[in-house]
Amino acid sequence: MTSTLSSPPRRQTRPNAPQPAASNSRLTLRQRLNRWDVRYSPYFYVAPFFILFGLVGLFPLLYTFVVSLNDWNLLTGPGDWVGFHNFAAELTDPLFWNSVFNTFSIFFLSAIPQLIAATVIAAVLDQNLRAKTFWRISVILPYVVTPVAVTLIFSNMFGEKYGLINNLLEAFHLPGVMWKSDTLPAHIAIATMVNWRWTGYNALILLAAMQAVPRDLHESAAIDGAGAVRRFFSITIPSIKPTFIFVIITATIGGLQIFTEPKLFNAASAIPGGAQRQYQTTVLYLWDLAFNRQQFGKAAAVAWILFLIIVIVGLVNFLLTRSISGAETKAISRRKARRLARVRERDAASVASVQAEGSIE
Amino acid sequence: MTAQTLTPPVSATTQRAAHHRRGGHGIERRPGWFSYTLVVVFFVAGAYPLYWSFVMGSRDNAAMTQTWPPLLPGGQFWKNVAAVFDTIDFWKALGNSIIVAAVITASVILFSTLAGYAFAKLRFRGREGLMVFVIATLAVPTQLGIIPMFMVMKQFGWTGTLGAVIIPTLVTAFGVFFMRQYLVDVIPDELIEAARIDGASMIRTFWHVGVPAARPAMGILGMFTFMTAWTDYLWPMLVVPQNPTLQVALSQLQSAKYVDYSVVLAGAVLATIPLIIVLVVAGKQLVSGIMAGAVKG
Repeated sequence: MTSTLSSPPRRQTRPNAPQPAASNSRLTLRQRLNRWDVRYSPYFYVAPFFILFGLVGLFPLLYTFVVSLNDWNLLTGPGDWVGFHNFAAELTDPLFWNSVFNTFSIFFLSAIPQLIAATVIAAVLDQNLRAKTFWRISVILPYVVTPVAVTLIFSNMFGEKYGLINNLLEAFHLPGVMWKSDTLPAHIAIATMVNWRWTGYNALILLAAMQAVPRDLHESAAIDGAGAVRRFFSITIPSIKPTFIFVIITATIGGLQIFTEPKLFNAASAIPGGAQRQYQTTVLYLWDLAFNRQQFGKAAAVAWILFLIIVIVGLVNFLLTRSISGAETKAISRRKARRLARVRERDAASVASVQAEGSIE
Repeated sequence: MTAQTLTPPVSATTQRAAHHRRGGHGIERRPGWFSYTLVVVFFVAGAYPLYWSFVMGSRDNAAMTQTWPPLLPGGQFWKNVAAVFDTIDFWKALGNSIIVAAVITASVILFSTLAGYAFAKLRFRGREGLMVFVIATLAVPTQLGIIPMFMVMKQFGWTGTLGAVIIPTLVTAFGVFFMRQYLVDVIPDELIEAARIDGASMIRTFWHVGVPAARPAMGILGMFTFMTAWTDYLWPMLVVPQNPTLQVALSQLQSAKYVDYSVVLAGAVLATIPLIIVLVVAGKQLVSGIMAGAVKG
């Protein structure tokens, strides 16, 4: 690899490179310093990141594993080495599984409607709207509100007695919903907070991907008689697939770690996550286990199990999305290529100029 | 894993070309009323909860019991704000949040730009391997390391200090990845070579070629790092409950013994106002930042 290097100052010293001892004596101090500069500077530039990341990112995660193998207490410190006992205990604890169920339930209730809504909004924003910039800014209004503020607001809106939503239901002579006591309504309420904050953000990410789709494709398909809906499903959706996967994976990593919303959803509840733990997510369970019940060892085991769940779900997501649309996309991209070729023949001059401009990297 | 899912970087020129094509020829018609209805509905859904909080935060608790929510704000906003100030030390918390977010942002920008520049433009043994490592750690939820992190902070007696909040997020793998993706396209190799031939040292080249070129990406990265640090709740709640950041203080409003909903909502509105101002002033940059993040990383 080193042989392909060609930074200019090095070139001057190059001819003598194979015999460093001999050549070094002939180099001036300045040249030698310069050489060290070239060789070692990159490491100095990347080192701070790796050192800090190792200390504050990786070490805690690995050390969590060590803690999980001990009967570790918040107050009394490290206890006996218990091997995988903490893992076994958690994996058979119904409260742990309850938290996993809640996490996934809230995750699905938020991820699926959110992605659909974000895709629709992105498609609308992708059109030639008037006051384009205003609409784009307006969709991220909820994103700048912090999760704590979001939860304070929505926890009041979903109040069981005098909340906005139940008041409105009552105005229409409908029965109020027990948003905080019943499991499914609580999950819906928490998912609503997540959706409210993130839909617009994800819509912008998808919009960016949609704008990278060559317009020629749309134009030629339109000429061939494809309607807007048809073009959306046959051109837009397949083209933004990689971004879609990216959005899904980030949503997964974030969604499986929901904490703030369930933690602050009901301040009146003595047990975090509801009286019956009906909306206690796994990170909330972990926090409760570690800092209220002082079971550091067990909480560390939960952290690792959750870590593995996130990795597995991420992989499954990735593979599923790829295999489901893999065959289909191949066919489409073949069609797309043919179409593009046709367009380019038809409109060679203008496309060529754009291409030339575009390929200057 | 994540690396494969990322969209290949689209250079600024390509984007501009696409934009030009679309605007210039006027092929596209203006969309119909249905599209406008959708964006208006979406806008109202985003804005109404905030407006409702403001209305409720400017009235007393009795307003909560009305079947039809009042549509206009009442006259008690400042009274409720005063109650917020009585319950929590708002200004101290605001100051803490500003310090924490500013230090984290500066640190992430500095180290990400340095490392990103090296990965994008310098050649060194082990570069590919280290970059793969950075990409692999992108998806690692470092938040799950809170238990040992907390033990370390307690051991060193740092709990209660802002340092304990700042330290765990001094660097992010995403920052390095983001800067690398940006710089790899933006700086021509010839420019670096020219600076080197002119006798500039490596660090001078970085400072006079790398940093100016990186500035737009530094702005985007800084904006999002600041937002992330500003919104964080779990970790500050663990280490500085007595010396809270704004989010922790806000949450304490709700857990006060006697919960006054209009005061809680006034607090939520108060804490949101600075961010709304940021959105009005820098909304365009925020939008292009989010959109660039998608294309680049």
